Amino acid sequence: MESLALLQWVLDALVGTGLLCLAWWTLASPRLLRAVVLFVAFGLVMALAWVRLEAPDIALAEVAIGAGLTGALMLATLARLTTMHTRHRLVHEAGAPRRGRGILRWLSAVLVFLVALGLACSVLWLPLKSDGLGTEVGTNLELSGVSNPVTAVLLNFRAYDTLLEVHVLLLALLGAWAAGGMRAPRAAAPGLVLDTLTRLLIPVLIMMAAYLLWAGAGAPGGAFQAGAVLGAAGVLLVLAGWRPHPDFMRLPLRLILVAGPGLFLVIALITLLNGGLLLEFPKERAGALIFVLEAAATISIGAALGSLFFGARPDDGEDQ
Amino acid sequence: MSPPFLYAMVGVGLFCLGLYSVIVHAHLFRKILAINVMGSGVFLVLVALANRTHVAMPDPVPHAMVITGIVVAVSATAFALMLLLRVVEETGQAELPDERSE
Repeated sequence: MESLALLQWVLDALVGTGLLCLAWWTLASPRLLRAVVLFVAFGLVMALAWVRLEAPDIALAEVAIGAGLTGALMLATLARLTTMHTRHRLVHEAGAPRRGRGILRWLSAVLVFLVALGLACSVLWLPLKSDGLGTEVGTNLELSGVSNPVTAVLLNFRAYDTLLEVHVLLLALLGAWAAGGMRAPRAAAPGLVLDTLTRLLIPVLIMMAAYLLWAGAGAPGGAFQAGAVLGAAGVLLVLAGWRPHPDFMRLPLRLILVAGPGLFLVIALITLLNGGLLLEFPKERAGALIFVLEAAATISIGAALGSLFFGARPDDGEDQ
Repeated sequence: MSPPFLYAMVGVGLFCLGLYSVIVHAHLFRKILAINVMGSGVFLVLVALANRTHVAMPDPVPHAMVITGIVVAVSATAFALMLLLRVVEETGQAELPDERSE
């Protein structure tokens, strides 16, 4: 057992060093494309860290949302930046930092180092073992309707946070649309490989999303991971040249986007009017309610993430 | 150092790397990248500290908070990237104007 503990410690040290190095290379890289690619790699190594910290739900969410979708959004933004006409020659490549003379940079470095020291001390002074809320969740898990403790916390014990969260995602999309939206990516004809791969992968992705949603009750998974996989399917479709019909973008897309947050609000109102406590599910219906909420949230999250990547507002003309 | 505290230190390091990068770099895209790295550092500290418990399972409440945080981070990043594109459209450069140079 001693050698196993040593191996685990080496693995943790490697993952930690990898994270710090990747973050440094990402932030210090003057070429933005390189920075984004390194950031995606950083997200993948973070997923390893989540697995080492016994957080498989977070690992799934990080890979799909943190690395995958954030990387796709950043690459789409870079692509749009390079096609814009600007006064400065290269807007998509950032030179060395111009802000501040050398002394200000040194001062910032010293201050940040002091912040690091302070944070490190306050973390290391925490007790080695602490119960946290694990025991409370454990004792109340049978009452929640699901057996995955993270899903129980997300959709039952702290359902109010999730209610706000799905609204935040919708709000970000509305803000992006209100800020003018982006031109959709140029509809170039996809190559043979991308075309075939998309046709094969989209049904698989939809099934994987449905499985993640269903399995989230008892195993790692859940609405956010499933919604992120659906969003990734949307990104793949857009990259392969598929464009939604303008009529679809007007009403049906908006209905899909509102389904998740709207259902959450409706159920919150019903629980408030029935028992007087916000989002308090009756014990015998909790499992079914959670599944229905998660299903609506999955579809809304997938549509919102896909729409964020697509960029164009629903009322824009067909030709970009 | 036990694994949870090792990852907590890595999280603090990530947060401070991102903080320095936000302060020093003028290009808005690099600021957005840096804020994402800072967010990842915070999540790492949260989950690393949750892993100290080990009664029967690690504390799931910080796990739920971090999943929420990841979704909120991607929402904010998407909106920030959209604003970046608007700034570039309006002013032609991807940096905010320096007050001293006006």
